[in-house]
Amino acid sequence: MKDRVIIGMSGGVDSSVAAYLLKKQGYEVIGITMKLRSNDDFEQDSGRDSCCSLSSVDDARRVCDKLNIPFYVINFTEIFEEKVVNYFINEYFAGRTPNPCIACNKYLKFDALLKKADALEAKYVATGHYARIIHEKKLNRYLIKKSATATKDQTYVLYNLSQSQLERILMPLGDYTKEETRKIADELDLDVANKPDSQEICFIEDNDYGKFLENKRGDKIKPGKFVDTKGNVLGTHRGIVHYTIGQRKGLGIALGKPMYVVDIIPEKNLVILGEEDEVFKNELLATAANFLPFDTLQHPMRAKAKIRYSAKESSAWAIPTGDNRFKLIFDEPQRAITPGQAVVLYQDDYLIGGGVIVK
Amino acid sequence: MNKRIYLDHSATTKVKPEVLEEMLPVYTEYYGNPSSIYSFGREAKKLVDQARMRVAKALGALPEEIFFTAGGSESDNWVLKGVSYANKNRGNHIITTSIEHHAVLHTCEQLEKEGFEVTYLPVDNYGMIRIEDLKAAITDKTILISIMYANNEIGTIQPIEEIGKIAKERNIYFHTDAVQAIGNVKIDVKAQNIDMLSLSAHKFYGPKGVGALYIRKGTKIANLITGGGQERGRRAGTENVPGIVGLGKAIELATENIDSYNEKLLKLRTKLINGVMEKIPYTRLNGHPEKRLPGNANFCFEYIEGESLLLNLDMKGIAASSGSACTSGSLDPSHVLLAIGLPHEIAHGSLRLTLGDENTEEDVDYVLEVLPEIVQRLRDMSPLYEKVKGGK
Repeated sequence: MKDRVIIGMSGGVDSSVAAYLLKKQGYEVIGITMKLRSNDDFEQDSGRDSCCSLSSVDDARRVCDKLNIPFYVINFTEIFEEKVVNYFINEYFAGRTPNPCIACNKYLKFDALLKKADALEAKYVATGHYARIIHEKKLNRYLIKKSATATKDQTYVLYNLSQSQLERILMPLGDYTKEETRKIADELDLDVANKPDSQEICFIEDNDYGKFLENKRGDKIKPGKFVDTKGNVLGTHRGIVHYTIGQRKGLGIALGKPMYVVDIIPEKNLVILGEEDEVFKNELLATAANFLPFDTLQHPMRAKAKIRYSAKESSAWAIPTGDNRFKLIFDEPQRAITPGQAVVLYQDDYLIGGGVIVK
Repeated sequence: MNKRIYLDHSATTKVKPEVLEEMLPVYTEYYGNPSSIYSFGREAKKLVDQARMRVAKALGALPEEIFFTAGGSESDNWVLKGVSYANKNRGNHIITTSIEHHAVLHTCEQLEKEGFEVTYLPVDNYGMIRIEDLKAAITDKTILISIMYANNEIGTIQPIEEIGKIAKERNIYFHTDAVQAIGNVKIDVKAQNIDMLSLSAHKFYGPKGVGALYIRKGTKIANLITGGGQERGRRAGTENVPGIVGLGKAIELATENIDSYNEKLLKLRTKLINGVMEKIPYTRLNGHPEKRLPGNANFCFEYIEGESLLLNLDMKGIAASSGSACTSGSLDPSHVLLAIGLPHEIAHGSLRLTLGDENTEEDVDYVLEVLPEIVQRLRDMSPLYEKVKGGK
């Protein structure tokens, strides 16, 4: 009997082609669109094509019809609200800058959807991520390697997957470039071949997260003081949730020289501003560490670290500090190390692991 | 796919061969516009009139009280908006229930935004309204009572005659959404004091996209669809003649055969319900044990999600449903099950099986073979169920 796979379908070109490739490889494929937002948020036609809009569901359904595979829309709204949206909001109120896509991968795609796979007697969950999962026999562990396309590599958002999750995940696009993917979609005459890549956070309209937080918890957003690193008051801010480390634009005060957010102190409702050199730091502390080639980091290790999705890799020492935490000491100072973001470590093409930046 | 069993007759039904047979020539031979004066038009007009008489006869109404629409949702919209707008001077209060179809509920919400007031009557654990609640809800401003005949999810049949009597005494319009009831219960709009009644052909082995609204003569109701003078100037748009013909034939068959149909479905339903309740522990039957549609069975299986259950049944070829499906095709907990007092997590584990004409005892046997296995497998994955089994 063929192994059954359920694949998360966003209606975009990547997951569509991934579904096709799996079918070609001989799997019994079932397409699933995860419904993440409630009907009220979901059915409004805002003209956007984020990954769970109604038109995206229709796109995914059409692709599955074309591939002649079953398609279901499954409701994940409650868990998404709890694990992604609420986390996103709470992080901002804690003075941090969250990465909701990582939370969504961890709790939705590779947890809730895996449970659905059990319910549907499917052996694997597949996605259209650009990353390669390989089983390293010597270590008897699953590792993640960067995708064939450096520009589309999505390993950053996968650093916290566990071995038991990886055992059951397929990412058929790992060996393809985006251009090749589009070409396959084109050859299959899939309508989604030329759909633009999604860039925004799927549950936030116009990428305006400030407005989103105002709508959700406006009553909790309190203006406070801008101070410099010596404690001098420089002005009034609109509430800490509106700021992120390294930010220069939109501070709303004129100081005669470029000033940047260098720290946020939620307990005191303070936003600390500094000059450009004060945005650079040599080290960071990360928590909730997860590693792929081993369970825990035992000894200091050299690695290349990425402090956010779009950041360049930088050489650093990773030093275990116990409690599932590690310290990173960079060879070169890093701009805007931002608490709440993930720091992800690589050695060559291999994703070694990562953690959440504490400070 | 191997075996396929259709057990979702409350969602829609298969068109009966006799119905299709009457419809087909309308597409190719009697294709005239009923409003045209020449012979083609007259032929079509005659067919529409014949269908209208059949509907009238089935409901105990007059032909001129039957208006064809595009289906149940349109009929419901027409009543709620039409009666509200036309009777504004008398009052602004509507009484309905919390378990209506969304065609009623969402329309009421819209009317509330426009300044109308709506009372949503609660229901008891069986999904029945209480007559005293209805009486208490009536005010001087009440212009319309809209209560469904039989519920689409749990099949509960409301005390329509009693409601009709109260509405008549208080001089309030009474509308019933009878979309699920036609062909399953005997209806006489005059004896039951029903002023308006919605129906939809595809629920009783007729075609999709056609329905009707019965409006008692003398009822003040504004038009919903404006345009040409069709349907005595009440509902514009060239008639869906093939659909109307199909509706007429389907309602004739449905009412003629109502006793044997009921008998057949009741037998199958009893077997199904008893079998499920005996074979699967921690199961509850939703809706009224007796006052329910003959083909309706609705269960909650504790400790599992309805969604996973439905998908597994689908993979075994069994077409069933859970809460009402939303536009995306995903499932939300049913407002009806929440209204009969089920906790949220249990309302998530519901399954509706609705029997119909083509179902057989073998179909029920197959369900009774497959369903307990699936429920057990899904429960074995539930941490909550582990605790229950452990006696904690």
